[in-house]
Amino acid sequence: MWITFKRIIKSGLQSFWRNGWLSTATISVMVLTLVVISILLMTNLTASAVLLNLQNKIDVSVYFKLEAQEEDVLVVKSQLEKLNEVERVEYISREQALDNFREKHKDNPYLIQGLQELGENPLEASLNIKAREASQYEAIGQFLEGIYYTNIIDKVDYKQNKEMIDRLSSIIANIKIAGLTLSGILALIVILVTFNAIRLAIYSSRDEIKIMRLVGANNWFIRGPFIVEGVLYGIISSLITLGILYPVFWFVSPKISGFLPIEDLFSYFQANSLALLALLLGAGIVLGIFSSFIAVRKYLRV
Amino acid sequence: MIVLKNISKIYPINSNNTVALEKISFKIHPQEFVSIVGQSGAGKTTLLRLLLKEEEPTSGEIFVDGQDLKKIKFKDLPFYRRKIGAVFQDFKLLSNKTAYENIAFAMEVAGRAKEEIEEDIPEILKLIRLTKRAHHFPYQLSGGEKQRVAIGRALAHRPVILIADEPTGNLDPLHTWDIIRLLSKINEMGTTVILATHDREIINTIGKRVITIDKGMLIKDEERGKYLA
Repeated sequence: MWITFKRIIKSGLQSFWRNGWLSTATISVMVLTLVVISILLMTNLTASAVLLNLQNKIDVSVYFKLEAQEEDVLVVKSQLEKLNEVERVEYISREQALDNFREKHKDNPYLIQGLQELGENPLEASLNIKAREASQYEAIGQFLEGIYYTNIIDKVDYKQNKEMIDRLSSIIANIKIAGLTLSGILALIVILVTFNAIRLAIYSSRDEIKIMRLVGANNWFIRGPFIVEGVLYGIISSLITLGILYPVFWFVSPKISGFLPIEDLFSYFQANSLALLALLLGAGIVLGIFSSFIAVRKYLRV
Repeated sequence: MIVLKNISKIYPINSNNTVALEKISFKIHPQEFVSIVGQSGAGKTTLLRLLLKEEEPTSGEIFVDGQDLKKIKFKDLPFYRRKIGAVFQDFKLLSNKTAYENIAFAMEVAGRAKEEIEEDIPEILKLIRLTKRAHHFPYQLSGGEKQRVAIGRALAHRPVILIADEPTGNLDPLHTWDIIRLLSKINEMGTTVILATHDREIINTIGKRVITIDKGMLIKDEERGKYLA
């Protein structure tokens, strides 16, 4: 049993090496498809990271009239917190708003002086609301218009941001659908191309398979080396793919980080490269085994 | 011992039935050297394919070593084939394995131990006189040498029966005699040899049992036979 296993492995390695050109051709096809799908995957991941980043920057602020009582504002806050759509609500009191203002403009003596001449705090208390999804701000805006405390609300800046928020949420939805569809189609292409590449490689050995049967080899002894080769195709092509992508991301990353609100694409890639490798290896090996298995089957019926 | 009882093989081609073999019966005793002769298309190859269980007869029974071929299951087929050595006109060597590896392959498939293989192969190589070219690939060998490798491979299982289907069909006269002498020697060592050929000279020279087939029918079976055109 063990000796047979060893012989199968050895035979697979040997025929991989001796059919050098065929192996090279098959691996190139697999590398090409794996590169395409990895780039798409990374683009997808980057896009969703960018969108998440943008989404986190969206919020809605509710400003209360100067004469509004703090306890009334806090009631509105707790009502908002009960909404499903709301992720968190931050209360900024008038004093805190003043502190923030001073901190923000401490380099501008005219503004600070003007504030002192005014004598009293002109800033309004506000609630800063974050929704779970970009599309939910509309509902929150409607809620604020309908509550009992409407009369103490000075303004909701949702309306000013409405257009931007709407556009962003529709872009997010579209990108998600497009990315998913494209990935699905490409994955199908990869599977078909790889399957056919391996099938062609095995087709060229169909006579040998028949000979092996006539010499008295059982099916596992014949199939084994081909599966070993399939696994090798998978391992080598995924390693090459990663070897190609690594410098590509290293080179492209600084250029993209410049105009996208994401810290560093390369370190992102680096952090995910182990997972990517595992994914590529898994996909490559499964594809290799599966295709070999199916392709050899046809010629084993002698 | 090989027994054929009323063997017929019919290939249905577009509802037109082509009869390849018709009601063939004969026996071959252990350690016999039997030539099966007939013109191309007479049914020699079909007969040998039936013996290797590459194909099933349409009707009739075949027994090899007391075993009914019909009853051998697909998964047990390799075990049956290891009892029979086969040599073909087109050599059927594994092209990306060397001469040595081709012979070793037949032993490896049977799960023989490494030491045993390393011990047996030099002897086989000596018998087929190919020791010096053991590590050449088939494309580096001449036709006669390739056929000797094929015979070496057929012997690797130490088979009780050696089937040779036109083994000299692709060879020049010199190499032809080389192969025939080798087959005779193997027969003398105790292996049943079944040789299919349409070479008149070979048959007339060997002077052993000849079974003549024409258009799928057995027309003659005689000890020390001659080729009749």
